[in-house]
Amino acid sequence: MITVEHLCKTFRTANRSAGLSSALKSLFHREYKEIKALDDISFTIPDGEMVGYIGPNGAGKSSTIKVLSGILTPDKGECLINGRVPWKERREHVRDIGVVFGQRSQLWWDVPVIDSFELLKDIYKIPQNAYRDRKEELTELLKLGDILRTSTRQLSLGQRMRCEIAASLLHNPKILFLDEPTIGLDAVSKIAVRGFVQELNKKYNTTVILTTHDMQDIEALTNRIMLIGKGRLLLDGSLEEFKALAGENESLDELVARLYCQYHI
Amino acid sequence: MKLYLHYLSIHVRSAMEYKTSFILTALGQFLVSFNVFLGVFFMMERFNNVKCFTYSEILLCFSTVLISFSLAECFFRGFDMFPSMIGNGEFDRILVRPRNTVFQVLASKIELTRIGRLFQAFIMLGYGIIKSGIKWDFLRVLTLVLMIVGGITVFAGLFIIFAGLCFFTLEGLEVMNIFTDGAREYGKYPVSVYGKTVLTICSYIVPFALFQYYPFLYLIGRDVPVWYCALPVLTAMFLIPSCLIWRLGMKKYQSTGS
Repeated sequence: MITVEHLCKTFRTANRSAGLSSALKSLFHREYKEIKALDDISFTIPDGEMVGYIGPNGAGKSSTIKVLSGILTPDKGECLINGRVPWKERREHVRDIGVVFGQRSQLWWDVPVIDSFELLKDIYKIPQNAYRDRKEELTELLKLGDILRTSTRQLSLGQRMRCEIAASLLHNPKILFLDEPTIGLDAVSKIAVRGFVQELNKKYNTTVILTTHDMQDIEALTNRIMLIGKGRLLLDGSLEEFKALAGENESLDELVARLYCQYHI
Repeated sequence: MKLYLHYLSIHVRSAMEYKTSFILTALGQFLVSFNVFLGVFFMMERFNNVKCFTYSEILLCFSTVLISFSLAECFFRGFDMFPSMIGNGEFDRILVRPRNTVFQVLASKIELTRIGRLFQAFIMLGYGIIKSGIKWDFLRVLTLVLMIVGGITVFAGLFIIFAGLCFFTLEGLEVMNIFTDGAREYGKYPVSVYGKTVLTICSYIVPFALFQYYPFLYLIGRDVPVWYCALPVLTAMFLIPSCLIWRLGMKKYQSTGS
């Protein structure tokens, strides 16, 4: 169960115009611009729900994920995940969550994937039996059998993403954050990843929060959509409600583009 | 501790993936410090002693500092490389793992190529021990060990401060190298040769003299109180401000982040 109430987060960024002289000037005097990354965000996600979190680049998606996973402390607002405040009880909290950043790897680059898994087992203090069962299950579902002994740097992007997902699920988290998990993947890998996430949700009732720009991901996986822009939550509803907004012959991608325009985000 | 060993084994295996690079870097490390050693050698050829310290005594002093520095750089490299860890988001990954952050940064990088420098330092140490004519007893051996451990502590503390400050600047601070690389170079000679002011600073602010100068005087049998040999223990106090700066930085990171 995730409850978020009136979450606010402001970043201060240095503001300066182009050119060498202004660069020198900024050394002594800087003007700051305040950017509201999160502006009064509230939502509730019950256990086992799969939520699609969409919005243009820089809308505040990553900031939200960072707050929910305990990396960032918000300025204002409350957030309770399974009874814990993420940034206050970071270590206990992260035991219950898995995070996949599509753009970054969490595996150790130069050693076989299985070595990374073994290290994660020690980091999360997973008991030997639980680890073995879990590893076997993930290996079967994500078809990792042949690639576990390959070192990470030699994997293709699709293979690596499957390993990344397995790595973040070894400790059997109740909540899974997927930040653009299908970015750059080919059709086969995309479908494999989607299929797996569905299966995971069905079997373990895992809550999944998915940020993506790929509307097919959203359509295939989620039953609820949240649209965020300029730090504000603009839409929050079921996939059906969202689809109903689309005009005739309008695809979901076109709908999203139209909504971005409509909200000036 | 078991987890640290597991990390270590991963680092060893990673390093072995690039054997040639590993060997060449280690060799380079060896040659660089050998070069510094030659500098000391030629100078002592001409002058025989520096402020009443003989050649072999200087070597002994230099080698303990170099051993401390190499070991600190080998095992605390994660803090040295910290700016890039913040830059590429690796630190976010550390925050979503259920372990102490200092420990994870510590374990994230272990620079095994420093073994080249360490090797050079041990050769010098061996030579210094044979030539210095020190009468070794239990307390003197203990002093030597304490000096090295104290040195590692001070360098580690400096690396942690360095990393802690990165939270504020988000970039590396080259100025900090005065204290780390600088100390390694100047640590060749007992701190006192640089004059009284430097000695005071190195006794009370950045405690280099606590693990180098004072116990060293005891080690080579100068007329100093016995408790000088216990002074390296005090370097542990240096970790207190280091960890405070780190914590302050962590708070700042979590509130600005990204």
